[in-house]
Amino acid sequence: MIELIKVCKSFKGQKVLDNLDLKIEPEKITVIIGRSGGGKSVLLKHIMGLIKPDSGQVLVNGIDISKLNDKELNEVRKIFGMLFQDAALFDSMTVGENVAFPLKEHTKLSKKEIDKVVEEKLLKVGLKNVTHKMPSELSGGMRKRVGLARAIALNPKIVLFDEPTTGLDPIMCESIDDLIINTQRHTNATFVVISHDIGSTFKIAHKVAVLYEGKIIKTGTPEEIRSSNNPVIKRFISRETEKACQT
Amino acid sequence: MIRLLEFVGRPFIVAVEESGRIILLLISAITWMLRPPFRLRIIFKQMEFVGVNSIFVVLITGVFTGMVFALQSYYGFKMFGGESLVGATVALGVTRELGPVFTALMVTGRVGSAMTAELGTMKVTEQIDALHSMSVNPIQYLVMPRIVAAILMLPVLTIVSDFVGILGGYFVGVELLKINSGIFVAKIVEFVDLEDIFNGLIKAACFGLILSLIGCYKGIRTTGGAEGVGKATTQSVVLSSVTIFISDYFLTSFMF
Repeated sequence: MIELIKVCKSFKGQKVLDNLDLKIEPEKITVIIGRSGGGKSVLLKHIMGLIKPDSGQVLVNGIDISKLNDKELNEVRKIFGMLFQDAALFDSMTVGENVAFPLKEHTKLSKKEIDKVVEEKLLKVGLKNVTHKMPSELSGGMRKRVGLARAIALNPKIVLFDEPTTGLDPIMCESIDDLIINTQRHTNATFVVISHDIGSTFKIAHKVAVLYEGKIIKTGTPEEIRSSNNPVIKRFISRETEKACQT
Repeated sequence: MIRLLEFVGRPFIVAVEESGRIILLLISAITWMLRPPFRLRIIFKQMEFVGVNSIFVVLITGVFTGMVFALQSYYGFKMFGGESLVGATVALGVTRELGPVFTALMVTGRVGSAMTAELGTMKVTEQIDALHSMSVNPIQYLVMPRIVAAILMLPVLTIVSDFVGILGGYFVGVELLKINSGIFVAKIVEFVDLEDIFNGLIKAACFGLILSLIGCYKGIRTTGGAEGVGKATTQSVVLSSVTIFISDYFLTSFMF
């Protein structure tokens, strides 16, 4: 469903992605882990066509989206939903308007039907009576939940998550992890999560891909990654586990 | 020597690149304007923001511009007994230059800066990426309505400014400086053509395009968090104001 072939991307002469190859399995949760500032967000934005590669291919359902124009990209993006790092809610709109936004843009549902879907999606992410609140009135965890409700409003086939647990306390992290697992089970969509949170990764992932120096150095199940002898992976896992223990 | 050339040439290259990107944004906005959905609701909302909400500041600026212009021209004309020309001078000055330019500058300060700050904040908090991710083109959703609203509303605000400016001039000339009201009005009718007013309004529409295009461009190119938004807003106001003055000269030499 999603495949990146020999993708290269540099910013101001600095190579961020270097001949990167990655295949993402459909209807599974794939977590891409790597160091902060290592190009994980850039990789995710390539998958959605928000950034175009300098060279290489980004295939979504067999179409190379890096070659599409704005109008064609808009069509392809309709199968995507994305939860941004800080949720990226529109701060001039209420929570209800945020979740209703993709429905208003891309469906012909009546206002009543949209309201019903909004309520249903918010319930799915564990939120009640927040429709009329502004994003600024919500906590970080609640904002992420609203962001997820908006991302799944159109029942997308692919949902991308940019560091969903960053900046949250351990309890909230756990509840977001559970939310991701349950939502994927319900929707059976392809979830791509980028994270540097090892605990969360091993909990939610069906497949893990490790990004290092612009390349995917290993993909496999959480068990395969855990038992890997690659020194980089070993070091990364032990460091992150240590950090998690300290918090 | 090469270093000196680089030092002198770099700002020129940056300016050319920046101009090119602004023109590309304009072309893109025009292209998206012709494609459905036509975003009429957002355009009307922006027209309210650009036009209705700027009325007060334009009224104040307009009336005092007309008043001070009448006062200054009275002192000048009095030296050779030409006080009767104060009305026509004020009306011509206001409709051709002061109305459109001062209105554009006030709207740049109030609206152009707000456009940059709003779009800049949306850019650094990934709200613009969120629009992309929901298959909504930000140029069509954010930029195009602002440009259309500014092009339509600047002439309307200029008409208001022209009217109160002449009224302010009338008040100072006739009520305070005791110029004969019949002569004051007659000279306006004699010297001011409809073309003067019309050309002033075309200028205003051009200024509306400039301030909204630069405001949006600086907004969607913002990087670097809150500091970046502040920087972009300042650059937007300065660049818009300077461009308005420069283009005013060329428009004037072309039109009148």
